[in-house]
Amino acid sequence: MRKFGLSIAAAALLTLGVSSQASAATGAHPPTTDYSFTGFFGSFDRAELQRGLQVYKQVCAACHGMDLVHYRDLVDLGYSEDQIKSFAATFQVTDGPNDDGDMFDRPAEASDAFISPFSNDKIAAASNGGVVPPDLSLIVKSRANGYGGIGQNFLAMLQIKGYASGTDYVSHLVGTGYIEEPTLEDKMVCMPQNAGETDAAYKTRIEEHQAPPGTYFNKWFAGCYFKMPQPLYEDSIEYEDGTPATKEQMAHDVAVFLTWASEPAFETRKETGIKVLLFLAVFTGLMIAVKRNVWRNVKH
Amino acid sequence: MAEATQPNSDHEEDSGRRDFLNYLAIGVGAVGAASFAWPIINSMNPSKDVLALASIEVDLSQIDVGSAIKVVWRGKPVFIRHRTEKEIEEAKAVDISTLIDPETDADRVQNADWLIIVGVCTHLGCIPMGTADGEPRGEYDGWFCPCHGSHYDSSGRIRKGPSPTNLLVPTYTFLTDSTVRIG
Amino acid sequence: MSNHPAPNFKNPVIRWVDSRLPVFSYVHAEYGVFPMPKNLNYFWNFGALAMVVLMVMILTGIMLAMQYTPNVDLAFNSVERIMRDVNSGWLLRYIHMNGASMFFIVVYIHIFRGMYYGSYKNPRELLWILGVVILVLMMATAFMGYVLPWGQMSFWGATVITNLFSAFPLIGESIVQWLWGGFSVDNPTLNRFFALHYLLPFIIIAVVALHVVALHVVKSNNPDGIEVRGPQDTVPFHPYFTAKDSLGLAVFLFIFAFFVFFAPNYMGHPDNYIEANPLVTPPHIVPEWYFLPYYAILRSFVDGWWIYEIFFGWWSEAKLAGVLAMFGSLIIVAVLPWLDTSKVRSCRYRPIYKWAVILFLINFIILGWVGGKPAEEPYVTIAQGATMYYFFHFLILTPLIGWIERPKPLPASISEPVLKAGSGAQFAGASAAKMEKS
Repeated sequence: MRKFGLSIAAAALLTLGVSSQASAATGAHPPTTDYSFTGFFGSFDRAELQRGLQVYKQVCAACHGMDLVHYRDLVDLGYSEDQIKSFAATFQVTDGPNDDGDMFDRPAEASDAFISPFSNDKIAAASNGGVVPPDLSLIVKSRANGYGGIGQNFLAMLQIKGYASGTDYVSHLVGTGYIEEPTLEDKMVCMPQNAGETDAAYKTRIEEHQAPPGTYFNKWFAGCYFKMPQPLYEDSIEYEDGTPATKEQMAHDVAVFLTWASEPAFETRKETGIKVLLFLAVFTGLMIAVKRNVWRNVKH
Repeated sequence: MAEATQPNSDHEEDSGRRDFLNYLAIGVGAVGAASFAWPIINSMNPSKDVLALASIEVDLSQIDVGSAIKVVWRGKPVFIRHRTEKEIEEAKAVDISTLIDPETDADRVQNADWLIIVGVCTHLGCIPMGTADGEPRGEYDGWFCPCHGSHYDSSGRIRKGPSPTNLLVPTYTFLTDSTVRIG
Repeated sequence: MSNHPAPNFKNPVIRWVDSRLPVFSYVHAEYGVFPMPKNLNYFWNFGALAMVVLMVMILTGIMLAMQYTPNVDLAFNSVERIMRDVNSGWLLRYIHMNGASMFFIVVYIHIFRGMYYGSYKNPRELLWILGVVILVLMMATAFMGYVLPWGQMSFWGATVITNLFSAFPLIGESIVQWLWGGFSVDNPTLNRFFALHYLLPFIIIAVVALHVVALHVVKSNNPDGIEVRGPQDTVPFHPYFTAKDSLGLAVFLFIFAFFVFFAPNYMGHPDNYIEANPLVTPPHIVPEWYFLPYYAILRSFVDGWWIYEIFFGWWSEAKLAGVLAMFGSLIIVAVLPWLDTSKVRSCRYRPIYKWAVILFLINFIILGWVGGKPAEEPYVTIAQGATMYYFFHFLILTPLIGWIERPKPLPASISEPVLKAGSGAQFAGASAAKMEKS
């Protein structure tokens, strides 16, 4: 009976572990960072979020939309309603048709979704070498593949890492991934060895691999050759709060901002979770007492 | 079974404490169930995107004296009438004691030139006629509901017919002389 | 169904209703005084837990259906609107999402408990088969539910699974087009999956009702797998099992809540947060974790595998063989009562078969693990070995062990091991009791 219990427990653990195994491992994982939003009590750093919004607005928004986020959602970042209103009003949104049947431009309102840089996917693809720049609303959540093996992912889950692996990916992709003259080691990170390929053949393959035209080498991009040119350079923007705009700082801030954008309910979720777990712990304790009390005279 | 149902060695004090324990567990369980029920019920309340659209701003500069427009607010029509001097006079001249739902015109407008009302008949929810040019405006120079024949005056008050109350006035504020925010 | 006389209700309203529609007598007889073996351990909680999860799923599902739009252009965004704008929408959706996983965890444990303690044997065969029917209905419901958010995994999962039916000769293509309502997974498919996903849970409720009726006729099995000899072996359902089930429920809800609030996407796939794109297949398609063992069986059948060549190669394509094996792996569970030749129910008294069941469980986990791996070596070989063992367990081991095994002596009654345990003899029942008390 006890053994059976143990094997069931092992089964449950393994099954949980299996479930989260990442999609086909695409080489190494970017180094991990400690974010303020991990752990049971972790929450976003408002200053990071606000700086991240600035990076998004001044750099990313030139090509990437964020259709699922609305200006009104920015209250979460610590902005007042008036600030949001004037922020939104700096964008023009096409509305209509009006009574004459014409489309017209008006300043965006708090209730509008973030304005997309392109009115449709065809234009977006045509202006970007045939590839539609993906919408960034869910970019972190959809890249949160975990940290590799079942065991690592399971431990990360117990540490409430949340979407941190996705944040790491985005942050390193735009922050440290671009290398002008990649070494063999760099190439090995993004172009893994095929199953059954000899070391020599693998080495020759990646040495001889030529960058396709219109691509940029990025160490953290699966397949190495990325269609997006390097977006961030030292001091390419000036932070409103005076933080030095290093490449790593901007990458970190925008990745944290996009983590928030992936799930604006993130903080509410964890705050509610603490209360629910505390309640259930008390309830469980109470039920243990009740059960013992009820069964006290039964020999079984 | 017998041994279970007859707690022969228990003192009364003990069993009282045990009853309390059971009631406490049931109580805590009920609190838990209720706190689970609330988010489920609350999910049917207006969501954030619906609330965000709960107020609209309207540009009044295009509305000539004597004409009216219909705008959509919270899924319902709102009538905005730029009233003529005659209409204002009529609205003010009424002896309110004769009204079905007594209200002075001053209570219903912030700026006498502009009448802003929710265009839903208070009888059974039809849309009264009289906003567009040429529509019947009823016997009191306001609106006429074709469903069951309610007549509203130039202040949107019920004057004749089955409706119990005047047309509703939404909350609104004039942001400037020519823009108004409804809601 | 019970021998107890109807209780004499004090409340006149209850008495009035009960004399016309005996719901109160029924509840009293079936959940009040209903005799339960007193040696049930915590593995007997999982049936009640499954019932609770089913109710939670239906409740949250109905609320989600009020906000969801089954249209290929709107579905993905409507789910994100639930996550972002609907009051507590994220909570409802995460409960529903993780509830599916919890449902399968609970039901898998429930099934393995049945296998270990022989709960499928005479007279409980129909009870067992109804359980397998519930499992199959759950799988269909879960599969269609996973399509609704219209992410990449939704779309490609739907494409791959519906394509299974194309394996059938002659009619296969027509069946697939009929399932799709078109020439690919598209709007008609999404619409019908939504309709069926809403319908099937209510059919599950109906089968669960039959499952419960059957259970209350044949009554619960117990860890010793022996018949109840008399009232000294039983306790009434209330308060004994209401209390015990509630404790199990509290612990279960704690685990459930942990996932909902702190790891809601752990058991999901991140690619499903990318909107479905019929032109781009994700590099590595995997079904939800609870389907992985069956997915591994499906993929094991490839040209050149000797098992395939011997049993199927001469009459069927590998694709069809895989599909048949996958469906067969469920059907074979339903006929387990007739494959097991032993008269003894519980593995407590079956020294060899006990290990066979534990090995089966480990093998099932291995199948799940390789099911999530890419179809390359060494995983293909492991999957084929595990698939073989899965069928070997049911078709060869189970009947064979029943014939050759010498079971340990059974206790005379459920009360007996308890009474003897006091004198120091090591009985399995005593350790179970210890576990519950500690």
